Amino acid sequence: MAADDAYLRLEGVEKRFGPAHVLRGIDLEVREHEVVALIGASGSGKSTLLRCVNLLEPVSAGRIALGGAEITRRGAPLDAVRREVGIVFQSFNLFPHLTVLRNVTLAPREVLGLSRREAEERARELLERIGLWEKRDAYPDRLSGGQQQRAAIARALAMQPRLMLLDEVTSALDPELVGDVLDLVRELARGGMTMLLATHEMGFAREVADRVCFLDAGRILEEGPPARIFGEPREARTQAFLRRVIAAGRL
Amino acid sequence: MGEVADNFFNGYHLEESFPQILEGFLINIRMMLVAEVAVLLWALVLVLMRVAPGRGGLPLRILAVAYIDFFRGIPLILVFFFVCFGLPIAGVPGFRDQSLFTLSVISLTLVYAAYVAEVYRSGIDGVHPSQAAASRSLGLSYRQTMRFVVLPQAVRRVVPPLLNDFVGLQKDTALAATVGIIEGANAAQIYAGNTLNVSSYVGVALCFIVITIPLARLVDYLLVRDNRRLRAAMG
Repeated sequence: MAADDAYLRLEGVEKRFGPAHVLRGIDLEVREHEVVALIGASGSGKSTLLRCVNLLEPVSAGRIALGGAEITRRGAPLDAVRREVGIVFQSFNLFPHLTVLRNVTLAPREVLGLSRREAEERARELLERIGLWEKRDAYPDRLSGGQQQRAAIARALAMQPRLMLLDEVTSALDPELVGDVLDLVRELARGGMTMLLATHEMGFAREVADRVCFLDAGRILEEGPPARIFGEPREARTQAFLRRVIAAGRL
Repeated sequence: MGEVADNFFNGYHLEESFPQILEGFLINIRMMLVAEVAVLLWALVLVLMRVAPGRGGLPLRILAVAYIDFFRGIPLILVFFFVCFGLPIAGVPGFRDQSLFTLSVISLTLVYAAYVAEVYRSGIDGVHPSQAAASRSLGLSYRQTMRFVVLPQAVRRVVPPLLNDFVGLQKDTALAATVGIIEGANAAQIYAGNTLNVSSYVGVALCFIVITIPLARLVDYLLVRDNRRLRAAMG
């Protein structure tokens, strides 16, 4: 692919936490409307990679560019970058002291300067879509895990991001609640949302991703279309990982 | 036994002293109300300095730590002497023509804000970093994150220790007696001095207790109500 097509581009990204070398030179491009899945064992660097893209963690070396502008340089407008990039966390991280509606309208009102009516209109559209409009005045603890995670996705979408980062969004959910959340992500993918997602749900990655990257010890060891990665992985480590996943019944 | 009861719980003296005590005690209450508001605000300023992030925040952090250490380290009564007598005598601008009431409120505020700032800080530390991360990831600035996400949760968490400090503050308003304000305890002391009967002490003690106990029950109620929400969505 031509470099100019990439909406998100990582070049030689490294991340160290003290002695731990978590990312060891990541090169990755995500084009607009593309869905890229990061797979790999726990601790392979998937979450750290996503947090670096959202500048929640500063990179130790390398560059990240968004829409052609480098965001890892000194003095890059952090808050402006984060406005364009939504992230959804494994543990939801809804604001427990605010109602569902306030969770979704807080950032549009305070960051984008929308009026209360505009923000609530936007929230209404999103919450109706995910079936949570009736719960708008509830506090997060009144919702199931699946509902909380969908509310968290709505909260990120309310900022109308150009790129969504999903960090193992179903890992903290009971198995019977996973489906609703995956349905929502699937719908986003069909709607053309650009997404970079870390996941343990291999079946889902295979179905929804345009491209799959296998991370191993802080490097992208292998990447390609899902059919290829899951069907005929080339690297021994990818093969071993997928064998373990199949043994665990997750593919 | 009879003598003790007569000295401490003498109905006649309790009743007789009560109007003067109540008049004095109203000063305690006014002082407490004004000082509590001032403490909450000044402590907020202190804690925001105390947790100021990054290298740029270092001077603020140092100032805040120095302030807090200093005012927690010296006896409150010394602060009263210093502020109510020292500053006006020294002719420090702004302190010269202040009433003793105002100076007492300032003394209480200076000291109690140091304690309350630490209480706030423990509340801020108790808010999981993932909350701030979620807020920042939505594009909210550091200030907005503090204002809308971290502080509201922090304050809810520290209501009980805040109340403890307020009970302490309420009782310490009696120290204003030492700089000559005729507040409740002082009024009781004057009555006791004149009558050689200390029932007035019991009267003023009851006044303090009557304020404290409902405050404690109110907080119990708030805690039960908020606990539910605090556990929410922390994942």
